[in-house]
Amino acid sequence: MLSASHRLHTDALSAGANLAAYGKCNNPHGHGHNYVIEVVAGGDVDADTGMVINLADLDEVVKREVLDRFDHANLNLDPLFASQVPTTENLCQAVFGVLKRALPTGDLEYVRVEETENNFFQYYGR
Amino acid sequence: MIELTRRATFSASHYYWNDAWSQEKNEQVFGRCARRNGHGHNYTLEVTVAGEPDPVTGFVVDLKWLKDVIESKVLGAFDHRHLNVEVPEFAESRLIPTTENIAIAAWKRLEPAVTQANGARLSRVRVYETPEIFAEYRGGA
Repeated sequence: MLSASHRLHTDALSAGANLAAYGKCNNPHGHGHNYVIEVVAGGDVDADTGMVINLADLDEVVKREVLDRFDHANLNLDPLFASQVPTTENLCQAVFGVLKRALPTGDLEYVRVEETENNFFQYYGR
Repeated sequence: MIELTRRATFSASHYYWNDAWSQEKNEQVFGRCARRNGHGHNYTLEVTVAGEPDPVTGFVVDLKWLKDVIESKVLGAFDHRHLNVEVPEFAESRLIPTTENIAIAAWKRLEPAVTQANGARLSRVRVYETPEIFAEYRGGA
């Protein structure tokens, strides 16, 4: 889980259009969520270890690449969101991107990001 | 392509009964679900929409819009209703309101609205009857 703040706002739209598009998520002071991240790795079970992926290694990568970067941070200030709005769609794709680069090729299946208990997003990298 | 899922809950009553069968057969097949006075569940509906995030807003569809669509198309018709009596798809024994058929009915109610939205498409409807049981429909056969 990571707790982060964000504000949905784009300079491409006027103040009125931002408010119309994002509603209370456009609050200039931002707001936050407890995001629940699910990282799904897929592959064949290794004949020697009996594992698809070593969970300790996966934990380490997720902590280093995702939690250390985004937990208790303001998403709008991350370079990944310098030119795109930190919607959960874009956060989900960003998390997938940083994990894909850090994990062995082919291991990452999909990333799910739950913004609240009532909505979540899944990205499969295609 | 990214998938966005919105959850909503509704509470409704129903019973299972096939008019073509005897009472004994209905009770044999449906068990306690065949009791004609009905019973109820707290259903959880998950609606999954697939598409590309809009380059300007970053949204596949606006979650508030999707919430309103779910409320107007499904919850408004199903919530706190007797499915066998008050919901057209199931009334007058047209269709047995199993979780499977509820998922299909919800899909049919949602798909036209979602298809009109911003290049998005309805990807999946999942209906939980209890936390242990759900039915899922992805359209088609």
